Amino acid sequence: MVNNTQKGKIIRISGPVIEADGMRGAKMYDVVRVGEENLIGEIIRLNQDVATIQVYEDTNGLRPGEKVESTGSPLSVELGPGLLTNIYDGIQRPLPTIFDQTGDFIERGVEAHAIDENKKWHFIPTIQAGEIVEGGDIIGTVQETSIITHKIMIPPNKKGTIISIVKEGDYTVVEDIAILEDENQEISVQMRQKWPVRKARPVKEKYDPSIPLITGQRVIDTFFPIAKGGTAAIPGGFGTGKTVSLHQLAKWSDAQVVIYVGCGERGNEMTDVLKEFPELEDPSTGEPLMNRTVLIANTSNMPVAARDASVYTGITLAEYYRDMGYDVALMADSTSRLAEAMREISGRLEEMPGEEGYPAYLASRLAEFYERAGRVKLLGSKDNEGSVSVMGAVSPPGGDFSEPVAQNTLRIVKVFWALDADLADRRHFPSINWLKSYSLYLNEISSWWNTNIGDSWLKLRNKAMALLQKESELQEIVKLVGPDALPPRERAVLEGARMIREDFLQQSAFHEVDTYCPGIKQYEMLRIMSLYSDEIQDAALKHVHIDDLINMQSREQIARMGTVPNDDFKSRFKIIEKEMKSEISKLIEKVN
Amino acid sequence: MSNKNIEYTTVSEVAGPLMIVEKIKDVAFNEVVKIKTVDGEERTGQVLEAYLDKAVVQVFEGTKGLETKLTSARFIGETMKLGLSKDMLGRVFDGTGNPIDNIPAIIPDERRDINGNPMNPYAREYPSEFIQTGISTIDGLNTLVRGQKLPIFSGSGLPHNQLAAQIARQAKVLGKKETFAVVFCAMGITSEEANLFIKDFENTGALERTTMFLNLADDPTIERIILPRMALTCAEYLAFDIGMQVLVILTDMTNYAEALREIAAAREEVPGRRGYPGYMYTDLAMIYERAGRIRGKKGSITQIPMLTMPDDDITHPIPDLTGYITEGQIVLNRPLHKKDIYPPIAVLPCLSRLMDRGIGKDRTREDHSGVANQLYAAYSEGCDLRDLVAIVGEDALSERDSKFLKFADLFEEKFVRQGDHENRDITETLSIGWDLFSILPKAELKKIDEKYIEMFHPENKKDLGKNKDE
Repeated sequence: MVNNTQKGKIIRISGPVIEADGMRGAKMYDVVRVGEENLIGEIIRLNQDVATIQVYEDTNGLRPGEKVESTGSPLSVELGPGLLTNIYDGIQRPLPTIFDQTGDFIERGVEAHAIDENKKWHFIPTIQAGEIVEGGDIIGTVQETSIITHKIMIPPNKKGTIISIVKEGDYTVVEDIAILEDENQEISVQMRQKWPVRKARPVKEKYDPSIPLITGQRVIDTFFPIAKGGTAAIPGGFGTGKTVSLHQLAKWSDAQVVIYVGCGERGNEMTDVLKEFPELEDPSTGEPLMNRTVLIANTSNMPVAARDASVYTGITLAEYYRDMGYDVALMADSTSRLAEAMREISGRLEEMPGEEGYPAYLASRLAEFYERAGRVKLLGSKDNEGSVSVMGAVSPPGGDFSEPVAQNTLRIVKVFWALDADLADRRHFPSINWLKSYSLYLNEISSWWNTNIGDSWLKLRNKAMALLQKESELQEIVKLVGPDALPPRERAVLEGARMIREDFLQQSAFHEVDTYCPGIKQYEMLRIMSLYSDEIQDAALKHVHIDDLINMQSREQIARMGTVPNDDFKSRFKIIEKEMKSEISKLIEKVN
Repeated sequence: MSNKNIEYTTVSEVAGPLMIVEKIKDVAFNEVVKIKTVDGEERTGQVLEAYLDKAVVQVFEGTKGLETKLTSARFIGETMKLGLSKDMLGRVFDGTGNPIDNIPAIIPDERRDINGNPMNPYAREYPSEFIQTGISTIDGLNTLVRGQKLPIFSGSGLPHNQLAAQIARQAKVLGKKETFAVVFCAMGITSEEANLFIKDFENTGALERTTMFLNLADDPTIERIILPRMALTCAEYLAFDIGMQVLVILTDMTNYAEALREIAAAREEVPGRRGYPGYMYTDLAMIYERAGRIRGKKGSITQIPMLTMPDDDITHPIPDLTGYITEGQIVLNRPLHKKDIYPPIAVLPCLSRLMDRGIGKDRTREDHSGVANQLYAAYSEGCDLRDLVAIVGEDALSERDSKFLKFADLFEEKFVRQGDHENRDITETLSIGWDLFSILPKAELKKIDEKYIEMFHPENKKDLGKNKDE
């Protein structure tokens, strides 16, 4: 590989894009070292001897004439124990290490290994010498954090017979732990492997998603669910709660490993995650959430060329944990910044622009990224399963969803959570618009809900949806003639819908109980609210005055169901249900 | 570094704010250029694009009077730097960092690149210290915290400068005595507007802890590109080296964005929305993200950028991209201004993203978050009803709805409206909120925890007196 490296010199600098002469023989997407400070860059165009390079670090003060050297290999990440709980920049340099080297501000030219080469991990072999293994097979385990057992795998492109494997003990990620023999060649295996970020890690087969990813968010799980291995987009103008929603998903979704990519967003948001996640408990294990999380931060003031790399780095890490058989969730906030970075680089390359200045390959790049999600049959002889679910925020200019990034994303993803500025203004959170959003996984996962939670899940959900739809039609009339002009039953419909809107769809991310709502509680809440809606419509038909129904004692109890503690909600809900029924029947008796 | 003393007279092209110099060698990207016109006048520029033998230079003071025969250019061998010292407090500088207050230049302790380096997210401290501005709509509903960047979105003719001056005058952190400083950065505002601030700083005695960077409406446009960078370099020095609490006022960011567009157009770049360059988001982020706090450091930078939304349009690229970067926004609104309500803060589209960590028990008061949410929800419902009333008339409203309608009117009258020298503390702001709630049925106060209704609702007459922290 060494003779593949080319040496050239800079002939032009324009922001993050430079051109270098004398690069004939270098390959597209090879990583290059630029200038005296060895800045990291990537070749994005070749023309005769001239390579165009995007530089992942600030190019201030760089001079034409300085050297450029190709490394002969594409941009890759290091994979192995030590990734979890860490925070990386877009090209997988650990920010704590950069902090140690350059202090509070990130200076350039820092070199740091993604995984500490000196730290020892306790390795437990799970196979013996003599066994035949293929790419993806697990040869041992390391307890990486209190919740995640890191499985040491044979890299995808290797196979052979195990000649030797080390005993249980402490090893660094660079020590040889096993030797394979394949066609008379010896291959050594370490705990650390490398993988080029722009290439999806191979799998045997993609399955259809059929298990929901439970997020504890009522509007998502019950109304617009995402499946394990699914893709979702969450577009919204500024201030509509994209980031809070993604943080909620990162906190509470029942994936075992979470990769959070802050791509071109605020520095304080990453700090928030860094500060909060070690303090929060994972609802299923009770351990700190940070122990299952990897953060990747390319904040808006960090070099723009690394935006694109940060997302690919994230998805490659996600695939790596998927290969161990885990369900992984990746949140990317925000894919619009990625698209804008593409536009900026494309503009500097003087490419022919497509819609709104975005490059013509915007759609295919986004598709490439989202297609790396999925529930799959893994490599290896065991046919294990794993999944990567991808949730991407989109930040459309002016909150207008007709712009190219939102439109191209919607063509690919299966779930659309439309954030609405109007709802956000009136502090309806999460501000997911129930009439515009959709999920294409509804039918695939309904059997899971029906079997595991309650048998009329889909029916309840669709009924509630129809009620909300009806409400919006009635609202049109109310706007013209006022609510008093409606017949009693229609007013009861409005009241029932209002309850679902205000007390089911709304959920406080900052309330200690309400922030996470288990599946069964969601089901029960919806069942009782649906019952309430039916009963008051019935009562209204029987001439009970609507104001009496609205002022019922139990109504307020139903409205506050979300904040009833998750461990004893069942008994409390039963009482509420009973009270509601008796109160309504008393009202009916009174008028008749 | 070798050609510091070479005067190139090889200017080949001058176009808009740009100048192209040829037959040069060893020029760095973003290097500073000293330009001498044929009349002997000296100007400053910066390399935008560097080739082996050619450089595209943006000229800060404008290209008027430059020509391609005798104009000379000298590349000084370094990028744009600003000399820094504690003595910058109380001083006034122009767009290129030279003092304009007729006092000798400062003796810098240090010189730093004005572009700064990105703050490591790992080194940041999450902002959570409540800043009391004395303005109810900000303290109560969109709380400002130390280290935040909270812009004011305004329109031409609205009193945003008055509001910013009031914030600068009243802002304090409860119960702490610390050294404050203001860095004031004026981009393209009129001298009249600048004087408003200067006078206000003078009256309150704040002038001696204020550093001003002025580029007024009649000063060269392109200087506006570097002005906020200089101001923030100064702010970083005061905050993180000296340990002061720095409030940075940037006005008017719209003029900054215009300057950015001018250069992009001159370079014939592919334009993004409305002719603004595609990289405007990144460029603005380089400015706004320089606010914040650092773990283990005493100082902080709080930013209040101001911008005038062209045609009051919040979806215009300038407010839009700003809103995506900053931690919330305060939006001024013309109808309120017409109703003669000061400050005309529109409340509903306003937001402070860092509010949740800055309020509550031990910070402001335990009921703060509930009160804020309830005020929002009730006011928004009242505003919706106004539309309805316009069609069906007030008589058609139910009893409940007319209460909300009344609430919305009184909210604007009592809560939003205040004097421009009225400094309300947080307890006062919250009790105005509770007084307003007494209009509504108690069962409608769903956003507030029941125990706080018990404690603070005027009906319960449990007068807890003033906040103990006061």
